[in-house]
Amino acid sequence: MNKRLELVSGEPSRNLPISSHKTQFATFSIFSEALAFLAALIVMSLVSLFLSGAVRADEQDAFLSGFTTDKFADTEKTINTLAVSGLPMAAPILEALAGDRLLFDPESKALLIRKSESQFIAAIDGHIEDAIEADDLKKVRVNNAVRRALDAALGSLTLMSPDPAKRLAAAESAYKSHDPATLDLLQQAIEKENDAKVKRMQLAARAAIQALDPQASDSDRLSAIDLIKARGDQDALGLLSKLAASSEGAMKAAAESGIGSIRATLALWGNVQNIWYGLSLGSVLLLAAIGLAITFGVMGIINMAHGEMVMIGAYTTYVVQDLIRTKIPSLFDYSLLIAVPLAFVVTAIIGMLIERVVIRYLYGRPLETLLATFGLSLVLQQAVRTIFGANNREVGAPSFMAGSFELGGLVITYGRMWIIIFALMVFAILQLVLRATSFGLRMRAVTQNRKMASAMGIDTNRIDALAFALGSGIAGMAGVALSQIDNVSPNLGQSYIIDSFMVVVFGGVGNLWGTLVGALTLGVANKVLEPFIGAVLGKIVMLVFIIMFIQKRPRGLFALKGRAVEA
Amino acid sequence: MSLTRRNMLLASGAAFAGAMTMSSIGALAQSANTIKIGILHSLSGTMAISETTLKDVMLMLIEDQNKKGGVLGKKLEAVVVDPASDWPLFAEKARQLISKDKVAATFGCWTSVSRKSVLPVFEELNSILFYPVQYEGEESQRNVFYTGAAPNQQAIPAVDYLMSKDGGEVKRWVLAGTDYVYPRTTNKILEAYLKSKGVKPEDIMINYTPFGHSDWQTIVADIKKFGSSGKKTAVVSTINGDANVPFYKELANAGVKATDIPVVAFSVGEEELAGLDTKPLVGHLAAWNYFQSVDTPANKAFIARWKAFTKNPKRTTNDPMEAHVIGFNMWVKAVEKAGTIDTDAVIDAMIGIAVPNLTGGYSTMMPNHHITKPVLIGEIQSNGQISTVWETDGTVVAQEWSPYLEGSRDLIADWRKPLNCGNFNIKTGKCGGA
Amino acid sequence: MHTSYDLIDRRGMIMLALLGLFVLIVPICALIVPKGSPFYIPPYLVALLGKYLCYALLALSLDLVWGYCGILSLGHGAFFALGGYAMGMYLMRQIGTRGVYANAELPDFMVFLNWKELPITWYGFQHFPYAALMILAVPGLLAFVFGWFAFRSRVTGVYLSIITQAMTYALLLSFFRNDMGFGGNNGLTDFKDILGYSVQSDQTRVSLCVVSALALASGYLLARAIVVSKFGKVLIAIRDAESRTRFLGYRVENFKVIVFTFSAIMAGVAGALFVPQVGIINPSEFAPANSIEAVIWVAVGGRGTLVGAALGAIVVSFGKTYFTGALPEYWLFALGALFVIVTLFLPKGIIGTLSDFMARQSAKPPTPSPKDMPAAAE
Repeated sequence: MNKRLELVSGEPSRNLPISSHKTQFATFSIFSEALAFLAALIVMSLVSLFLSGAVRADEQDAFLSGFTTDKFADTEKTINTLAVSGLPMAAPILEALAGDRLLFDPESKALLIRKSESQFIAAIDGHIEDAIEADDLKKVRVNNAVRRALDAALGSLTLMSPDPAKRLAAAESAYKSHDPATLDLLQQAIEKENDAKVKRMQLAARAAIQALDPQASDSDRLSAIDLIKARGDQDALGLLSKLAASSEGAMKAAAESGIGSIRATLALWGNVQNIWYGLSLGSVLLLAAIGLAITFGVMGIINMAHGEMVMIGAYTTYVVQDLIRTKIPSLFDYSLLIAVPLAFVVTAIIGMLIERVVIRYLYGRPLETLLATFGLSLVLQQAVRTIFGANNREVGAPSFMAGSFELGGLVITYGRMWIIIFALMVFAILQLVLRATSFGLRMRAVTQNRKMASAMGIDTNRIDALAFALGSGIAGMAGVALSQIDNVSPNLGQSYIIDSFMVVVFGGVGNLWGTLVGALTLGVANKVLEPFIGAVLGKIVMLVFIIMFIQKRPRGLFALKGRAVEA
Repeated sequence: MSLTRRNMLLASGAAFAGAMTMSSIGALAQSANTIKIGILHSLSGTMAISETTLKDVMLMLIEDQNKKGGVLGKKLEAVVVDPASDWPLFAEKARQLISKDKVAATFGCWTSVSRKSVLPVFEELNSILFYPVQYEGEESQRNVFYTGAAPNQQAIPAVDYLMSKDGGEVKRWVLAGTDYVYPRTTNKILEAYLKSKGVKPEDIMINYTPFGHSDWQTIVADIKKFGSSGKKTAVVSTINGDANVPFYKELANAGVKATDIPVVAFSVGEEELAGLDTKPLVGHLAAWNYFQSVDTPANKAFIARWKAFTKNPKRTTNDPMEAHVIGFNMWVKAVEKAGTIDTDAVIDAMIGIAVPNLTGGYSTMMPNHHITKPVLIGEIQSNGQISTVWETDGTVVAQEWSPYLEGSRDLIADWRKPLNCGNFNIKTGKCGGA
Repeated sequence: MHTSYDLIDRRGMIMLALLGLFVLIVPICALIVPKGSPFYIPPYLVALLGKYLCYALLALSLDLVWGYCGILSLGHGAFFALGGYAMGMYLMRQIGTRGVYANAELPDFMVFLNWKELPITWYGFQHFPYAALMILAVPGLLAFVFGWFAFRSRVTGVYLSIITQAMTYALLLSFFRNDMGFGGNNGLTDFKDILGYSVQSDQTRVSLCVVSALALASGYLLARAIVVSKFGKVLIAIRDAESRTRFLGYRVENFKVIVFTFSAIMAGVAGALFVPQVGIINPSEFAPANSIEAVIWVAVGGRGTLVGAALGAIVVSFGKTYFTGALPEYWLFALGALFVIVTLFLPKGIIGTLSDFMARQSAKPPTPSPKDMPAAAE
């Protein structure tokens, strides 16, 4: 870039010094090197039979020294040799490395495994080391390349583990890495395996390796392709694409036909997947809107502070988890179960306070509640910001909500699934409260005709206070769920308030079924549109649709009928 | 119509009184014994989440400088205002800081739009702004010192790393960003750069989402699909702060692991990660010029001081904070060199000033008003920290005008005499773009 | 509420007199008075005052539909922003070759996103008369179309409020898209000239500020003329009892569409004057919160008083300016509390409360205000 003018002296050139990588890879095959190492090891151990144990340890130490150079390439190489070394400490060392528990002393180069905060064992032979200054130790660092090598190595080490779950995970990782080095081990594992599920995975892994192996016989490879094609998932597609790119003739044709059929099924599943995403988004909207449907429906109040109730619910979750983390970590998986009722109580109380202190003075002036609640929302936001700080707070996922599973070609994440279930449960319970309790009966009466209800002896003031508390409490419970998928920050509520209003208005005020149908419809429509026109345009289209829809049905999808409604 | 004399008098009296109060606000004299520093960071609204920390770090720096005796024998005084994440308010507050409070320099802004909003004000009133955040480049203004990274100090090294053997020899790229100017420009530059490296157009997927996007299911699924072609795939994320948490939560839940499809982010630092359980994210990457985990004495001292200042042992540090540290130290040096806080003298004195950064080297203010920076690539750890896995050998000079964009290929900035120009066209030999 | 059917009542007279004085004093104090003098108005204050006046005009336009016709629009910020964008586009085209890339045709943001030609939406904006027409036409047309459908379908009350909010939200998202060609999130900025005068010169600033004051005064007179006419009486009737007005034979929707469109045009003009004074227009002006804030100005000043709306806008904006500087960490508490307190204790706003007080002093029987009316209209 000689267009640049002279720069201040002493600086490197303007071109990036990108080409200079600090680490260099050995050019020979890792596999053959490992074999050589193994041979050397056998010789050495034979020799060491005649020598003292100390010498043997020294030799092994040299073997593990790759971990103490603080270079990723050396670490990776050592992992690969260790994996096939057959050393008894191989698995513990690798597991320690994967768990960030493998350390070394930069002075003496001693390799140690951390057992607990202050307890260490020597990596060479597993004896307990005393008098270790933890501060002097350095971690053996890992990067993604090391992690990949580690996964493959651990996979081959655990292929024959007594635990079927571990065997399954090992087979899965072999399927994904399709590293030819694991083929022999895999072969042995398949022969011994008697768990059908694990065996299926192992066969798939073997097929993946064989299909990509140019040395394998054509018939083996073709049947392997068939097996992979039958799996029909994204990994299979990746595998076959790789194969199609690297092979010729019949093999390429077979791979390509496999790709075609997998693509077709995946496209079909893709549509189902979009609907699932839509339901998931819809359930989030439902949770956010359902509390509003009550306050809005019963009292006609535009509660702009509704979003802040959601936010407070999320912060309640944070506080609960924080307490559990510091006091009773074993309860962590139940943190959300504890947080749900707590969030309900906290936000219901705040809601009740708001109703008693502010809103009850604004009866008959529903539009002005908008202003007051907007002011309240600013105050609540700033209060949370002052107490907890402006930063996001960490809310973890309990183990039952982490990860995902596959259902046919559908990938379902546990978190989203539980949110859908939770939303439907909240809806059902709310319906029950409204339909089967006397409080619900009164509330419905007030919704339908406030004056008549009052004339019939219903204390509408009390009902209003309770309804507002109920709506706020449900918003708080929604906050617990939303803390799992969104930022826990003072702005959390704002991002949901407009969507919530849209859902309520679209569904029809005063009707929970309308809210349910409205939320799910908007969610699914949004997600079906998104792949075609993108997230932003999809949202704009939905807003325009709602505006048009309201023209057609000014009182929403499920309008309340009755004289009092027509003001 | 009932205009009476009384009303008329009342009206004129009120108007006069109004004008008086207004002008007396303006006439608040500057105190002679202190030098004022403006801090223009949002303390409320959507950007408070990122910017509040920067306000705190500035207060700390000013306090520390005062302990050392201030500057030019005078104490420094911080003037904090809240532009409330409202862009016209940024311009208004900047005007207020310069005209009313007579600040010697202002440290502020986070988003590009807030910087764009205040630029004309700093130009018009001739004052100095230090801008601490990585941005899209394509700008060099006489009154602004850019202490954050330009795209070539962050994005291009990150992509180079991923293409290298260490980074996994990535062949297929997803460029995902929030739909605003920084991601748009960065992705334009990256697209041109990747193509120049032989990446085919069908191996690049570009996706934009709105601010605060929270439902990432479809996009994460698309990324997974795009990544299943058999070629090594990586995601380059220019997703804006707030939307990152739900994005990473979705990635973790959908089981996209760093060993399969690594995500390298340019706007995710320790602060954003503080809101996340990072265990499922271990190995995803971030490209910055500073990480809290950097093991240097300067950084250790800084972190200790920061934790003591905020009285919070859990407070994190991040890259824009380091940028303010560098910017502030440079300003102090420049003022001492110039012997005055006069804007023109300080602007001239700034160029060539070198101060130690927190990663063990020196950063220098270049004639283009950008600073030299080392580029670090780090991987997210299970404790929420980012540990360096690769870094450039020396510091990198900012390319404020990207050679990968058609419009700016021929432009350079040099604020020294005789050129004294932010957009000099070397083809036509004229200042002013063309 | 003090209801007077003169074109200019006492309140109006005070406001017009104040504006007149303002127009006289500001140029003198900002341009002629020497800098050290206590009467000197620095340029930043001029820009600030100009901004307040634009907000006041926006509030006035909102009060016309909300205070007198019962249409609570939560989307008036959209009309304001559209007017602002039309002005911003004119200002962008005036930059010409002074942009950083010196492209005579294309604004900078298009150059660095590799756009090759000017989008059709930008045609003609280099001519001020066309831009001025668009400032009136775009918000007006949108309001007309929106109102035509909404009022015909008899969408009222809360439903109307929510769909106006949906409208401004949809526009926010659209303008936010870079593909729309309006500069995306960064919006339009770095303006140089307006009608050949530098936007940064003190004279231009003062002129713009004075023009804003005059616009506010004429806006007030026009709104007042509408309110005191027979047309205005029908509007008030619609506000207080829409169905009854309809049964009396008035085409309620026509009245509503006309006043809504007129109000939108007024908001557009306010936006157009706002942009050259603050120097930036970006999609956040469409944010629903901004529209709600405008509603709050009206409520604080006094709904259905016109003067009160303008006063409310100025008072709240001044408060925001003051508190964001004086109490940056706590100003949201102050602002939030203000809204709550005003709705609770000053339901008629500053002006309404003040005139009630004056009325009681002169022992006149108070006339009904919209708040004393049955809630039916809302």
